Amino acid sequence: MSSTDIPPTKTIFVRKEMIGASAAPISTRGFFGWVRTRLFGSLFDAILTVIGLSIAGSIIWSVVDFAIVRAVWTGANGEVCRAEGSGACWPYVTAYWQQFLYGRYPAEERWRAIAVFFAFFGLLVPLAMPKVPFKFANTLAFLVGLPIFAYVMLCGGWFGLVPVETMRWGGLLVTMVVAVTGIVTSLPIGILFALGRRSQMPIVRMLSVVFIEFWRGVPMITVLFMAANMLPLFMPDGVDVDKLLRALIGVSIFTAAYLAETIRGGLQAIPKGQYEGAMALGLGYWKMMGLIVMPQALKMVIPGIVNSFISLFKDTTLVLIVSIFDLLGMIQSSRSDPEWAAPSTSTTGYLVAAAIFWIFCFGMSRYSQWMERRLATGHKR
Amino acid sequence: MAVTDARRHPNSDDRPPSIVWYNDPKWRSLVFQGLTLALVLAIVWSVIHNTAVNLERRHIAQGFSFLSTTAGFDINQTPIDYPKDATYGRAILVGVANTAIVAVIGIFFATIIGFVVGIGRLSHNAVFSSICTAYVETLRNIPVLLQIFFWYFAVLGVMPSPRASLQPIPGWVFLNNRGIYLPEFRFGGFAGSGIAIGLAVGVVLAWGIARWAKQRQLATGQQFPSGKVALALIFGLPAIAFAASGFDLTLIAPKKSTFNLTGGIEVIPSLIALTLALATYTASFIAEVVRAGILAVSHGQTEAARSLGLTHGHTLRLVVIPQAMRVIVPPLTNQYLNLTKNSSLAVAIGYPDLVSTGGIVLNQSGQSIEVIAIWMAIYLGTSVLTALIMNGYNRRMAIVER
Repeated sequence: MSSTDIPPTKTIFVRKEMIGASAAPISTRGFFGWVRTRLFGSLFDAILTVIGLSIAGSIIWSVVDFAIVRAVWTGANGEVCRAEGSGACWPYVTAYWQQFLYGRYPAEERWRAIAVFFAFFGLLVPLAMPKVPFKFANTLAFLVGLPIFAYVMLCGGWFGLVPVETMRWGGLLVTMVVAVTGIVTSLPIGILFALGRRSQMPIVRMLSVVFIEFWRGVPMITVLFMAANMLPLFMPDGVDVDKLLRALIGVSIFTAAYLAETIRGGLQAIPKGQYEGAMALGLGYWKMMGLIVMPQALKMVIPGIVNSFISLFKDTTLVLIVSIFDLLGMIQSSRSDPEWAAPSTSTTGYLVAAAIFWIFCFGMSRYSQWMERRLATGHKR
Repeated sequence: MAVTDARRHPNSDDRPPSIVWYNDPKWRSLVFQGLTLALVLAIVWSVIHNTAVNLERRHIAQGFSFLSTTAGFDINQTPIDYPKDATYGRAILVGVANTAIVAVIGIFFATIIGFVVGIGRLSHNAVFSSICTAYVETLRNIPVLLQIFFWYFAVLGVMPSPRASLQPIPGWVFLNNRGIYLPEFRFGGFAGSGIAIGLAVGVVLAWGIARWAKQRQLATGQQFPSGKVALALIFGLPAIAFAASGFDLTLIAPKKSTFNLTGGIEVIPSLIALTLALATYTASFIAEVVRAGILAVSHGQTEAARSLGLTHGHTLRLVVIPQAMRVIVPPLTNQYLNLTKNSSLAVAIGYPDLVSTGGIVLNQSGQSIEVIAIWMAIYLGTSVLTALIMNGYNRRMAIVER
């Protein structure tokens, strides 16, 4: 089509000069842009922001007000905390702090518990840091050496250590003992039952399914009641199971069932080629599982395993129902002490316990998220 | 062909080379399973034997006949009839009903809070989403038993005595250290049954209309405002029945007497603390489930829906929510089960649930094995039943592939 075909048009208006530049669009970047888009984007947004800020502010203020502003800091007994309108009763925490940590563990033997705490964290911290060498020796020391060391130190009876019966253990010490024993024993049991549930052998598979589904279907309280009331009946005459040990058995079995399901999820996610490759190389069942399948499966379910450990750590509080005095149990028994009885005593105790549990659990969940990101690099291309 | 022939053993007639029996996987598996079974049976037998011997020595009778013995204790919340001479069996039944009450109320509130917080964490509003994140990270990292204790002892325990009750709605709602007292709604004449029948008819009609409207839309493309009609039916019919009875409703407010409040509905503190703690704690887990479910719907789905011309509401209702629900529902049921199992923590604050009442029966009668068996059977039954229902749901909801 040539230009001559275009019918002549009557030009009415042709702009001769440039239009002035229009104003730049409102910035969505920087601090003010963020405020504009994320806080006051619309009327509804603005209302939400104001209401949210006032609720958050009032909650934070009431905690600060209770724990710091109105708090009572010193005093010989509960008298000072009984004053009208007084906040947190910190002298109560100071007076009971040793008991919150060790329960009724004899005062002159507490260095043993401290030694175990130090050994635990001294082995855990390098284990948790990927860059520190000697991982195998470290793991072995943590899983085998530490339990023996802790048992000898805490129970006593060897090397001239005075025996301390478990009735006198308490506080954070018991919380840690229950949690760490639960973690260390439930992981291998969980792996075994996960393998059992994926096994080709019908009887093994059936027994594993029954075991896992039974313990997952009942509340932990009933498991602890069962361990406390029925274990002594199950044992032959003359065999007496320690009360703390009964709770430990209950906790380990309960956690193992949950771990088994988590690990099974990882096993199912391993492609069939990995099994076939291992078999083609001539590896037997245990070598195939231990060298090829498990390392990949466990790596995949680390978040799930840590989640199980977090719930286990929180569930250790349940042992107080079968009268073993863990951290929360110590707070429960001390808050009704007439010497310290005051309206704010309970809240102060619960605040301390909540802070301790929160730090542990939040730390674990953050660590697992970090680990997940670190390990995930293998799948990036 | 030549290659395979060369590999084959000259003497074999198409059979794989024979293995010694103890290296044969089939035999190995049989032997291993036989040993496992024998070990398990041996453990079970020794447990049963030891238990029988121990029980004999302690003179504890076996069997469930103790359930018909008279229970000599009081229960402070009895949703079903519990007379003075009631049996142990009756007491455990009351406990089951109380567990059900906590579970239903707790699940109701946990779902609402959980969905609000879960969707809130994805909100564009920075303040709202940070509050929701803080809620989740705080509550799920503190043991639920501690939270129950906090509400029961630190909040409700320091409430004023009945005489000095707090009155959030003066004259109608009372709050003191014995619980919350709410006014009772008492319908006179046929108002109560009328409203119930109206509601039932409304629900059935609304369901029928929704079905008819969907079929008509599929056949002809014509739309029908079935949602609005359903709302009108469900709320309108009971309202008409209520009006026809002449608004026959009396509100009975709690009244102060010398030491206590009488009349109205009394909610005991342990029930309040337990449902509050369980609902807020479980909500923090439900929030994460909901968030994960919504994030699992890929952005391409919403974009495709918008380019097909669906409105924002339609996109949510027809595209995002159905796909998100497929991811949300299985873990959500798990959380409901967890809440139900956690309600057994009632025993720590004396709320008379299944474990509490069972525990009293256990202590009074000494029948630990039987009582624990009843607990386990009831909780296990609930779990297995839920799992079966969920499997059915998952089959229905699974993506239909070609």
